[in-house]
Amino acid sequence: MARQDKKRDVVIVGLGWTGSIAGIELAQEGLDILALERGHDQNTVPNFEYPQQIDELKYGVRLKMMQKPSHQTVTVRRSGDETALPYRSLGSFLPGNGVGGAGTHWNGLNWRPQPEELRLRSHVRENWGEQIIPEGMNLLDYPVTYDEMEPFYTRFEKVAGISGKAGNLNGVIQEGGNPFEGWRSEDYPMPPLPTTWDSTKFQEACTAAGLHPFHAPAGIASTAYVNPYGMQMGPCNFCGFCERFGCYQYSKSSPQTAILDALKRMPNFEYRTESEVLRVELAADGKTATGVTYWDEKAGEEVFQPADIVILSSYQLNNVHLMLLSGLGEAYDPLTGEGTLGKNYAYQMNGGVTLFFEDDNFNPFVGHGANGVCIDDFSVNQNDFGALGFIGGSYWRSGTFNGQPIRSMPLPKGTPGWGAGWKEGIGKWYGHAMSIGSHGSHMSYANNHLDLDPTYTDRHGRPLMRMTFNWQDNDLRMNQYMKSQMEPLAASMNPTSMQSGFKDVGAQYDVRPYQTTHNTGGHIMSETPAEGAVNKFSQTWKAHNVFAMGAGNFVQNTQYNPTGMVGGLAYHTVHAIRTQYLSNPRPLV
Amino acid sequence: MTDLPGYPSRRSFLKASAAGVALSGLAASASAEEKTPPVPLDQYERQYLNAEEWAFIMAATARLIPSEGDGPGAIEARVPVFIDLQLAGDYGTADDWYMEGPHDPTAEPARGWQTPLNPAEVYRQAIPTFNSWCETTYSKSFADLDTAQQDEALTALQKGQAVLAPELRDFFTILLANTKEGYFADPQYGGNHGMQSWVYIGFPGARAAFREWPERHNIKYPLGPVSISGERA
Repeated sequence: MARQDKKRDVVIVGLGWTGSIAGIELAQEGLDILALERGHDQNTVPNFEYPQQIDELKYGVRLKMMQKPSHQTVTVRRSGDETALPYRSLGSFLPGNGVGGAGTHWNGLNWRPQPEELRLRSHVRENWGEQIIPEGMNLLDYPVTYDEMEPFYTRFEKVAGISGKAGNLNGVIQEGGNPFEGWRSEDYPMPPLPTTWDSTKFQEACTAAGLHPFHAPAGIASTAYVNPYGMQMGPCNFCGFCERFGCYQYSKSSPQTAILDALKRMPNFEYRTESEVLRVELAADGKTATGVTYWDEKAGEEVFQPADIVILSSYQLNNVHLMLLSGLGEAYDPLTGEGTLGKNYAYQMNGGVTLFFEDDNFNPFVGHGANGVCIDDFSVNQNDFGALGFIGGSYWRSGTFNGQPIRSMPLPKGTPGWGAGWKEGIGKWYGHAMSIGSHGSHMSYANNHLDLDPTYTDRHGRPLMRMTFNWQDNDLRMNQYMKSQMEPLAASMNPTSMQSGFKDVGAQYDVRPYQTTHNTGGHIMSETPAEGAVNKFSQTWKAHNVFAMGAGNFVQNTQYNPTGMVGGLAYHTVHAIRTQYLSNPRPLV
Repeated sequence: MTDLPGYPSRRSFLKASAAGVALSGLAASASAEEKTPPVPLDQYERQYLNAEEWAFIMAATARLIPSEGDGPGAIEARVPVFIDLQLAGDYGTADDWYMEGPHDPTAEPARGWQTPLNPAEVYRQAIPTFNSWCETTYSKSFADLDTAQQDEALTALQKGQAVLAPELRDFFTILLANTKEGYFADPQYGGNHGMQSWVYIGFPGARAAFREWPERHNIKYPLGPVSISGERA
């Protein structure tokens, strides 16, 4: 028999970015809140302290901040014809673990989607007609507009502490900013960070080519900063240990640096670690949830935790898994298009060029995760989809972010992978290479979806979630277009040599190399219950007191890193809970 | 190596830390430790590998990162010690990985690790199998081949010409990856002895403080590496 604990007003499942935002905003309403976190507790001190954190093997390679597949993982197949096999060791994507979640080990790139990306189906229809949408692509509009979201993006950027320069202030284009971004009501909370040698070279090449370079929007402090919760950040020292690491000096934006210490001081908030939610419990009529059942690792028992409101704020994959296991909607069927849970799983289409300069010193270990200069000249709202033959776009960036030698050792083509030639190559080329990356959109397709695996189970005996995913021609054509545009720009920089890495049409998904932890969709937002799992306020269509936050809400992935949108949506959701739901709990749409 | 003027260096932080340790009456400072030579590789007390495996690892890593030429080889970096310790630890036993069956080790490589074996078991089974292949091909086990034959045999292993069972097919991949890890990881894991691989390529290790450096364009960073334990090279 499960233990039953006293009822709470709100139970939060997962204490990363969205769980922390829900926690602090709803705690301000005086609600009694309990957050349940599957992983361990962690904070800047003692967990991310210098010098123990500066350990490439432990965190960069053995991935000790990440979700352990032995605890939770998925199975993967490329199509409905394949048997899905477990994602046994981490490769392609790296869900986080513990307090702070993926918001602790991210790179800090914080973007807003372009307004056109939130109404992409309409944008396509109005400009080229729906006949250019390939068969099998589930192209959708978001049920929120950029204008509705703008105050919530601004709010998240102030809390998270983002450095950058506005390119569009209330419709007026600003010199040095991104002229292709949506309007901003205010400039970034902090000015841009300094520019390293590689990004300066890239910036000069872009300017010479008539493109529009700007500083990457960084969740990395450029100055001392105090956010609206009174949390303090210190300026980044370019230590080069962002991605896969916790920040040792309060410079990288994270739940720890931006929210958690302020939240923990509130007496009506409690959090429990090593508490893995197994399912959301529904009332007999199936229209509301009564609470959650979780595994209390320390007590070694199941606990039923009653609550009036359930916030699902675990990682995208884990949110979808929990919803499938709990019956919070019908599973998506790609053949009929019916059902919504697991629908529109999407990813990211990336490529890049590496440039070698034998006489330049790039000091690649001097950097941070969101370092560098970007262009948006080939982004979604700049591309003529009809003429180009694809729907999508990408942003480009150059900037050192990790010169750690086990993982970051680019060598010119033809250099042997081992032996005397390899050793000579690393001595000659380490520190003399730079890269330009293309970070591209990824549409949603009937083939790419999530459901429960029929064979494999987790340590609690629950079915693993099954990912059906492969690259699709539309996005691969977009990638090849970026290659055709990037190579001439790179060549204009006169490198000693250069080489490209862009997936081409026919590429098959390979789970081994790291690609990105931008897994999106699966509990998408929609105008009606037939199309998605949650409404515009991230409230599940199935049970009005369950809210599912995070990148699972994305109807298709944008061309940008998802955190800015995830944070904006979280503030949009908690605002609706505070102003509309608490006084009268009901479906808000 | 000297620190730059006006630059609050990682070294002074480390010196302060070492002083703190000395005051608390604990172990000697890191720089004193560094002067104690490590146990020679032929006297090293193995944690996981047996004698045949050790001989193979010594010979194979010495070809993957040879001693000749500039920079340390795998032997000078003590990569075999690193591999032995990793296989004895939670990497070797795949503690973090999902290892439940059913397994399909014949699945195409893009499907990821699908053997039922953990990395330590892969080494244990693959080394004698590959040595048998060397016996058949050259009438000698790998460690007894000359270096040209060893390079040829490793190339055959890499290309799948020295055929291993599907359960073992990732052996070369992890052997090479683990060798490079041992070459470049912090010395606390047993390899990268004296941080000589970091010195060779110009990586400053755990310094991790470069506040003045982003805009020092195209100037080579001048300071040598430090390790997590405070060694300097």
